[in-house]
Amino acid sequence: MTARLGLRLPRRSKKEREPLGPYGRVGKAVEELDERLGIAKGGKTFLDKIFPDHWSFMLGEIALYSFVVVLATGVFLTLYYIPSSALTIYNGPYKPLDGQLVSEAFGSTVNLSFSVRGGLLMRQMHHWSCDIFVGAIVLHMARVFFTGAFRKPRELNWTIGLTMLILAILNGFLGYSLPDDLISGTGIRIAYSILLSIPFVGSYLAFFLFGGNFPGTSIIPRFYVLHVLILPALLVGLLGAHLFLLVRQKHTQFPGPGKTERNVVGSPMYPVFMAKTTGFLFMISGAIALLSAFFQINPIWQFGQYRASLIPYAVQPDWYMGWLDGALRIMPSWEFVAWGHTIPFEVFLPAIVFPGIIFNVCYAWPAIERRYTKDNLMHNLLDRPRDRPKRTAAGAAMLGLLGVLFIASATDVLANFFKISLNEVLVAMRVLTVTVPIIAYFVTYRICKELQAAPGAGKRKVVNVVRMTEEGEYIAIPVAPPDELADHELDAKPVPEFIEEDVPAGASAAVAPARGGPGNVGTSSVRTVPR
Amino acid sequence: MSDHLDTPADTAPEPSRTPVALPDAASWTDPHLQPAAKHPEFVERLIALTFVTGFLSFCAFGAAYWQDWAPWSLGLSLGAGMLLVGTGITAWGKYLMPRGPFVEERHVLQSDKQDLDAFTNALVERGATPVKRRKVLGGLLGAGMGVFGIVAAFPFIRSLGPLPKNSLATTDWKPGTYLVDQSGNRISQYAIAIGSYVTVFPEGWQDQDRGQAVDQTILIHEESSVFKNMTSIPDGFVAYSKLCTHAGCPVGLFERQLKLLICPCHQSMFDITNSCIPIFGPAPRPLPQLPLAVDADGYLYAAAGFNQPVGPGYWERS
Repeated sequence: MTARLGLRLPRRSKKEREPLGPYGRVGKAVEELDERLGIAKGGKTFLDKIFPDHWSFMLGEIALYSFVVVLATGVFLTLYYIPSSALTIYNGPYKPLDGQLVSEAFGSTVNLSFSVRGGLLMRQMHHWSCDIFVGAIVLHMARVFFTGAFRKPRELNWTIGLTMLILAILNGFLGYSLPDDLISGTGIRIAYSILLSIPFVGSYLAFFLFGGNFPGTSIIPRFYVLHVLILPALLVGLLGAHLFLLVRQKHTQFPGPGKTERNVVGSPMYPVFMAKTTGFLFMISGAIALLSAFFQINPIWQFGQYRASLIPYAVQPDWYMGWLDGALRIMPSWEFVAWGHTIPFEVFLPAIVFPGIIFNVCYAWPAIERRYTKDNLMHNLLDRPRDRPKRTAAGAAMLGLLGVLFIASATDVLANFFKISLNEVLVAMRVLTVTVPIIAYFVTYRICKELQAAPGAGKRKVVNVVRMTEEGEYIAIPVAPPDELADHELDAKPVPEFIEEDVPAGASAAVAPARGGPGNVGTSSVRTVPR
Repeated sequence: MSDHLDTPADTAPEPSRTPVALPDAASWTDPHLQPAAKHPEFVERLIALTFVTGFLSFCAFGAAYWQDWAPWSLGLSLGAGMLLVGTGITAWGKYLMPRGPFVEERHVLQSDKQDLDAFTNALVERGATPVKRRKVLGGLLGAGMGVFGIVAAFPFIRSLGPLPKNSLATTDWKPGTYLVDQSGNRISQYAIAIGSYVTVFPEGWQDQDRGQAVDQTILIHEESSVFKNMTSIPDGFVAYSKLCTHAGCPVGLFERQLKLLICPCHQSMFDITNSCIPIFGPAPRPLPQLPLAVDADGYLYAAAGFNQPVGPGYWERS
């Protein structure tokens, strides 16, 4: 090539080349990059970043990697999905729909499921990974909440994470609305009514979002651009901020030997964590693929094209919207009508005010707790949930409330399944919605206190070997576990007095940093070994 | 037999589990850099096995795609392959890489007093002279930006849709409008047996994307004697708006024996014999009734439109 252009480079033999140095080609490449970008110092810090080894730190990774699967499969779907409510006649391999008038959105979704090779798998993976994504966020958030990882200096990351949860729920709703099938269309209809219920501006909001009265033809393309562009861009941006703050502030960790407020103990980013986490990405994707291969999700061809005058039995949204649907179902019919205006509280309270309160309590929780405990210290060591009974009980009450409402979104299915009247199910759900959070609070609080008071509770049990002596006497010999098996992370820090004033006297043994030795016979399990 | 139970102290001495800082120069004799597995060669063979089977699984995926086998075979081969390879990589990291534990000191996030002062000073004092003393400029800029914000909001909000006006309060039912089914056929009073029902639309509005959302009406035929104090129900034909007054779902379940209309979304129940008042569930208002009449040929038509807005409540509804 060079010869043809009339150029001639001086040929160098291998011997004449500069020596590569002790680190070979990689070393040379790093050097070249460092001359231009100065990567060595920061790069070393990055490779040396320590990740704690506790399993509960994996929940956030599940969320991250299922989001990767959502993005990858979502890109595949955009290649075949047509965001239009224009009507077309379906002609394809799914015979029950053949020749029927369907919207482009519905038709193209059926097409990408049955006529595009691998399309059905990709669609199922998209839906499953989204459900897992939101679920993993919730579990991750519960871990952060119950262990106090949201405390100073990490309040901002709590806020970012919660915002991502809300965006994920919204985007999930938009996403399963896009196929324009009978169930999701009914969901959009309910969403329209929820917008209408907002006092003063409701009808304007609904008309501007939908481009007119329900259903109109704008909603599918508008939901599409929100679903594939705007909300994912926000999510990715917030995800970057979430991870940046994580690196900047470093991980929290459970208390244990060698672990202090001023260090992090665990595995380094390179190569250990990188290998584990890459493997985990593959495992999550693999699990989602298997789930999608064998468990059908959202078979829209069975529901059929959305028509405003049709409705299926058992209209339930995806799981993460269930608590809102449950709240809508159990709300009494308290419409307010006066002075020529209507406020439909039976929709406005459960669908707008209630989730608003729930999310705002979550946003405000770090501030609420700081105000209540007057604890403004930096916290890098995590709490054991039992050592913060009020927080743990509050979290249990919240989960109890949302759990009951989730179940309440299936009142009709429950009544059918147990062959009891719908009225009784509804009344029961109303009662449970009020009582379960209160009971959950006090029961959890009591359990926390009892666990605090029981010395050694929750510790790994000491193995006793029972054997018979020559004289026929049975003796128990405690066998100390190897040091590496000890659950050091279960040893909680002493509880600062300003948080729990009334720590019972017996709790001191449980919260003391010292680990129970083999003499901890009170909680031993017994194993007999024949001589 | 199990001698180690007799003398627990006899087990091989464990290397130190005290966390250390990552060394700057790796030395392969450092106990913290040894693999975590007790038998690394055995683990290595297992990992090799996962990689080989994962590789074969991916080949199977390629074959399944190429031959267009059933979707589940695609998912099985892809999922199994990724699960196997992922397990292998994870095990590699967990068992064959430096066992640690390692420790890293946290840096103090907070800046020292001097940097903090310098930054705050720059932020506050540097701006003091040129910005604070030009209050008029600041005000004008603020006003300009405010107007820009409002003007820029127009295309993003106002252009999104028409104003509601009274469109939420109106339907296409007019006095004299004939009832038609989804195919556009008029409804004869002789075609509907007692105890059955049909979803009807105003004539000309039966198309999917025109009138079905707000005009949908449910026509029920029952014995005239079951209705309580109701008018405009010729021969026991009664018509109600099919839009639930709660959240706007079609009230599509007719429980004939109890004479109830039930909304499948949130289980509101309406008594069809008593002006469709809600007797259960979250719906606040009766389903509006469409007054009916029968022409000389026996076809049903609307004696009048709905006397109130149909569907869920909203602020402007009086």
